[in-house]
Amino acid sequence: MNLGQAIRDRDVAELPGKRDEDWRWTDLRGLIRVVPEPSAPVDPRDVGQGPFEHLVSDSYVIANGRDDVRIAVGPGEAATIALRLLARGAGAHTSRVEVHVAAGGRLTLLETYEGDTGGYVAHAALAIRLDDGAAMERIVLAADGAEGVSVSEAEVQLGAQADYGQSVLLSGARRQRVETRVAHPGGGAKLRLDGVYLLADKRHADLTTVVTHQGTDGVTMQMAKGVVRDQSRGIFQGRIVVAEGADRTDARMEHHALILSDRAEVDAKPELEIYADDVACSHGNTVGALDEDALFYARQRGIPDAEARALLTEAFIGEVIDRIGHEGAREIVRNWAAERLKG
Amino acid sequence: MLTVNDLHATVGGAEILKGLSLDVPAGEVHAIMGPNGAGKSTLSYVLTGRGGYDVTSGSATLDGEDLLALDPNERAARGVFLSFQYPLEIPGVPALTFIRTALNAQKKARGEDEIAAPAFLKLAREKAAALKIDFEMLKRPLNVGFSGGEKKRMEILQMAILSPRMLILDETDSGLDIDALKIVAAGVNALRAPDRAMLVITHYQRLLDYIRPDRVHVLAGGRIVASGGPELALELEREGYDKYARAA
Repeated sequence: MNLGQAIRDRDVAELPGKRDEDWRWTDLRGLIRVVPEPSAPVDPRDVGQGPFEHLVSDSYVIANGRDDVRIAVGPGEAATIALRLLARGAGAHTSRVEVHVAAGGRLTLLETYEGDTGGYVAHAALAIRLDDGAAMERIVLAADGAEGVSVSEAEVQLGAQADYGQSVLLSGARRQRVETRVAHPGGGAKLRLDGVYLLADKRHADLTTVVTHQGTDGVTMQMAKGVVRDQSRGIFQGRIVVAEGADRTDARMEHHALILSDRAEVDAKPELEIYADDVACSHGNTVGALDEDALFYARQRGIPDAEARALLTEAFIGEVIDRIGHEGAREIVRNWAAERLKG
Repeated sequence: MLTVNDLHATVGGAEILKGLSLDVPAGEVHAIMGPNGAGKSTLSYVLTGRGGYDVTSGSATLDGEDLLALDPNERAARGVFLSFQYPLEIPGVPALTFIRTALNAQKKARGEDEIAAPAFLKLAREKAAALKIDFEMLKRPLNVGFSGGEKKRMEILQMAILSPRMLILDETDSGLDIDALKIVAAGVNALRAPDRAMLVITHYQRLLDYIRPDRVHVLAGGRIVASGGPELALELEREGYDKYARAA
């Protein structure tokens, strides 16, 4: 199954769906009866400015799948780059992005998915490669439209001593999924794989990650949090595989979600598959309502109910946002999240 | 100040307060003592409006205003403050942010101007120093990872900054060593004022060595069964609650 190919071929039979274990909660095959016509080109004068563009020197725009992008950071170089994937209208399109950070290079990639109100079907495939000792922080702000179907799939290959941090922010769509697969070589490489979904109305978001620890002495730290209200649905699928012999792996996964209405839903599948003997691995998963005791405490101090709820919810999410390294991006993300949390 | 009259309240359908009456005039400190399960914490939650504590009859007024008709935050804005037996941890909200949000919410409810950041920081710095709280601690999420003693000190700090009129201290001495107890008690005593009243709820007499009450009430079986001067606390310490528990 290759989603990008299925969209290009307009072959609904090849779309992933219920029968594919990793897609059972985001059933595209059941949803899409006909893959739409290819999306029309977007006038380059009509793309506006992205939320992060003022923070960077280089910016790439992929509008309705036009123009694949290659980003390369040379040995010892540093770059902060914006990557915008725009979806306009009700067509279908796919995009490809390649990112390479050479040994000792550093890249901050500020990636946005910006959709309009159309019923588009969009797919992006990213291939990200970090050489030994390279560092990258990837911040993904997925702001799709309510009617869009948007899937982003990234394959990440880390070198030894590489340092890769990722923060994905999702506000949902008709169907929205950001998937990251990381080949982790161990060898002192460090991985941070964070995510936040903030959903309202009937939006659906799916945060899926798969990390495979292939060698000894690798670190993975994952913190995902979600807030769902109205009739929205959040999905977290996190799998960490520690291959045989990948000893001294340190892998921690946490997923916590707040459900703020009776009709909202969260489906979570945290998985650790451990084939090595000497590892430190843990996962925690909670799904629940706002802590009524904390709420009463805040109100006893004089904070009205709605304000107390907003304060506690922002704080809940803030723990993940605080982990974003790039200061400017962190504050933009914080404001973006606060906007989404206003009921 | 605080007048409670024939108050009945249930928790989960069980009647816990069974006709409790109490009058705490401005300027006075009253202690409520009683055995476990007497309804001490229930009284503090009923007065502050916690969900799940249902008043079935009776009244509670603050300077004549019906407290029971108000939301918890409205009661706070009127000056009712509860120092929790087990202060909550608020992950992700720095203590300073929390206290300033609370102070400004109260001011807004009272139609007063909000306090500006520099003035607030000055106030917080001053009050923290008096309670021997490291100012850096106030930048950390409220109570997260704090020791029992630190949490209690944070309660008193919030009290000092919010400057309430009616203070309810629920088992404020629990979990405190003697040094922490002295600091906390000094913080509370500094708030004694002619226009303030305090209700000190405690199981043990120890706290009352440091916060001297004007009156002591014995709460047993959901009612006040005896009242007296400070000497009553000493008697309870010597003789226990047995005779009152039987009376209830």
